[in-house]
Amino acid sequence: MSNFFNKSDLTRQDADKIVSDTLNNCDDGELYLEESKSESIVLDDNKIKSSNYSSDLGFGFRAISNEVVAYSYSNEISKDSLKNSSENLKSTLKSIKGTYNHEIPKSNKKFYEDINPIEQKSLDSKLEVLNKVNDFLRKKDGSVKQVTASFAGEQKSIEIIRSGGEALTDVRPLIRFNVSVMLEKNGRKETGVYGIGGRQSYDDYLKNDNWKNVCEEAFRIASVNLESKPAPAGEMKVVLGPGWPAILIHEAIGHGLEGDFNRKKTSAFHDLIGEKVASEGVTIVDDGTIDNRRGSLTIDDEGTPTERTVLIENGILKNFMQDRHNARLMNTRSTGSGRRENYRHIVLPRMRNTMMLSGNQTQDEMIKSVDKGIFAVSFGGGQVDITSGKFVFNCTEAYEINNGKIGSPIKGATLIGDGPSILKEVSMVGNDMMLDPGIGTCGKAGQGVPVGVAQPSILIDKMTVGGTKL
Amino acid sequence: MVKDQEFLKSKASYCLDLAKKMGATDASVTVGHSISETVNFRNKSLEASDRSDGLALSIETYLGKRRSSISSSNLLDENIKTLIEKCFETTKITPEDEFNSLPDKNLLAKQISSLNLYDETRFENDKKIKYLKDLEESASSDNQIINTESSFTENKSNFILANSDGFCDGYKTSSFTTSCVTVAKDENSMERDYEFSSKRHLSDIKQAIELGNKAAKQTIRKLSPKKIGSEKISIIFDKRISKGMLSVFASAISASAIARGTSFLKDKIDEQVFADSINVIDKPDMIKGMGSQNFDSEGVNSNTLQLIENGILKNYLVDTYNGKKLNLKSNGRSGGTTNLYFEKGNISYEDLMKKDSRSLYITETIGHGSNIVTGDYSVGATGFLFEDGEFKYPVNEITIAGNFKDMFKNIILANDLEFEYSVNSPTMMIEGMTVAGK
Repeated sequence: MSNFFNKSDLTRQDADKIVSDTLNNCDDGELYLEESKSESIVLDDNKIKSSNYSSDLGFGFRAISNEVVAYSYSNEISKDSLKNSSENLKSTLKSIKGTYNHEIPKSNKKFYEDINPIEQKSLDSKLEVLNKVNDFLRKKDGSVKQVTASFAGEQKSIEIIRSGGEALTDVRPLIRFNVSVMLEKNGRKETGVYGIGGRQSYDDYLKNDNWKNVCEEAFRIASVNLESKPAPAGEMKVVLGPGWPAILIHEAIGHGLEGDFNRKKTSAFHDLIGEKVASEGVTIVDDGTIDNRRGSLTIDDEGTPTERTVLIENGILKNFMQDRHNARLMNTRSTGSGRRENYRHIVLPRMRNTMMLSGNQTQDEMIKSVDKGIFAVSFGGGQVDITSGKFVFNCTEAYEINNGKIGSPIKGATLIGDGPSILKEVSMVGNDMMLDPGIGTCGKAGQGVPVGVAQPSILIDKMTVGGTKL
Repeated sequence: MVKDQEFLKSKASYCLDLAKKMGATDASVTVGHSISETVNFRNKSLEASDRSDGLALSIETYLGKRRSSISSSNLLDENIKTLIEKCFETTKITPEDEFNSLPDKNLLAKQISSLNLYDETRFENDKKIKYLKDLEESASSDNQIINTESSFTENKSNFILANSDGFCDGYKTSSFTTSCVTVAKDENSMERDYEFSSKRHLSDIKQAIELGNKAAKQTIRKLSPKKIGSEKISIIFDKRISKGMLSVFASAISASAIARGTSFLKDKIDEQVFADSINVIDKPDMIKGMGSQNFDSEGVNSNTLQLIENGILKNYLVDTYNGKKLNLKSNGRSGGTTNLYFEKGNISYEDLMKKDSRSLYITETIGHGSNIVTGDYSVGATGFLFEDGEFKYPVNEITIAGNFKDMFKNIILANDLEFEYSVNSPTMMIEGMTVAGK
């Protein structure tokens, strides 16, 4: 746990006093202190290309009255600097008065250990794994022309001080191990990428030589793509595999259900609570409480314990994801979804681990039912236009389906759909729900936060596939 | 106030001295300070204010051909000392890499000319509020606009780059950025669009009323879109999308992608990669340029580069490390392009619009559908259908796809180039691309 009050002339008593003083006449707000340590070690082109260590320390001070949020941050934790921020917040809110809401739920549950993953594995042994990855892949097949492998680890300690002196703390470890391989055969080049990670130590993810499985998977994706032919263009049936393809859920539905867009009525979902937005059998939750998952949080960045929020239950839209600010303005409670990238950024309602739950059909049944369509197994990223509801995601491994059988692999293509209607096109939900491997980062308003997704195999009756073959 | 050169220099030399004392053979350090203030408006009233004040330090230490780096926002001497110790310890056990080195001394920038990148004008928050009020007033004048969000950010930055070969320089920059996002609604649809302006000097920022009007107009014309069928069609890319093609091109000719062999433009120097009417230039010394620089992130002097001459690829973007791998000298592009642009074409915007009997005018793309290894391109798109130069209707929920190798050779540029951003392109047409829709 970081002690933020032994670094300068600022004592806890000073901080408590300045915070209470500033927030007394506001509706909400807090002082957020953060210390993070992170590392990144990259092997590329047969060499250790970079090893970077970074340490960051700072505070963000927020005051909210009515609909106005005033925010000020600095990376100098000192009495002067905090007073300056306080003055800045007061000047923005000078004419708007509020009543401070002291209430914040409590929980003793923790979803990860207070560890520093960077210190738990020596640099030597990290370098050794990266070199093994490189040798393994390059020896595996003559077509391997480029290998990139990396470790990224961090430990983030936060403390939230609220008016009245209440303090909430959390220590968050996070790691990621990634392998990318490029193959070249008959003049064609294709890449395959795979990674794993979460909120445990590196060795929890690498035991039993698990790095080999990561290599095999990256190699497999690249090999499949070497044989790929142009993707079709137009509307057709799409079968999505389990796990990571759930970024469809994240883009199509998740963002549109974040509290801010719905308070502002700029989301295509803002007036659909209680309405049927998905086929029967479709249930979607956003869960911050799964042990050691990338998107899990013991408390969110406002100090609210996270929870499992039901977004869609059996096709009916139930809840939005809320931070304190949007919840207050919408007369509801925070769902523990208030997140920020770091102390430089304001809190926004964000996703954690977004999951579609299992149904009872099999992937086989889905494929057999398709005359002409595609089977998409792995994806790059996605994006959504919240207002029009249109979203895309990019396949990195997909196959054509002809007469109920999986055919040739097809080139990477963008799939586009309409968020509010796509889940009504889901006609089968598989019994094989899977979590993603722990690699997702979600971007919103310039802030990236770690998230997770999960889903079973699903069959979508109609979606536009953005290939080149008419 | 943003920290002055003296303060940053003293921190930089403290770091270099310390690294040397610990036994580093070489070192380089960047120290920067940045202050920015943002005011956000929504529906004609204040929504948020945000002040940020941030120091940043990054250090690289070398032991012969071994190298590692650290970065931090905590500039207390005690913390710097701990970090440099850690950095140097890491350097000792990092394997050697023959290409690791500081830039060649004779390539370092010697004379720094003023490019007028700093405007010391303080635009107080009260003035930002006045600007945004005017902006949102004009943006919401049509009753189909149901939501407006806008912001104004003022930023002042200063930095020093120093290395153990004696390079030590830096300069202040400023930027003023304002943007407006509007949402329009009719009985069939809800749509969003935007407009923004970003300049080094306050006086060059677009007028609030003009900006608001434009955002609103661009949003309203998107209402009640239709989906079209899948077909081959001529695509016209609005300037805000066509400049993205340049960014893809730039990443495909970065020395790092070339050295790693992961670019579809590898080994294409002196070959035709664009239509022969196309010229692409990267010019670092534009006065007040958003991408202007006196030297790159390693201190290397950067001159104007003609990247494409009559369609032929002439230069990669070279930094020291990847340059050594490729046996090329750095051309001062560590950190990428500066002010990158297509030279303007011969045809007017109006003539381009009616060149083909049927064309799709694209104003927005979504998704990360550019693959620089294969050149494959596939993105979601929004735009308008035109027939014989006549606006027909808005279009959405479609994708456009092709391969850059073919697309680049079929580019036709209008003559409407303007220098607004760090990457600039005229309106662009590419004939015969595949649209996937119904």
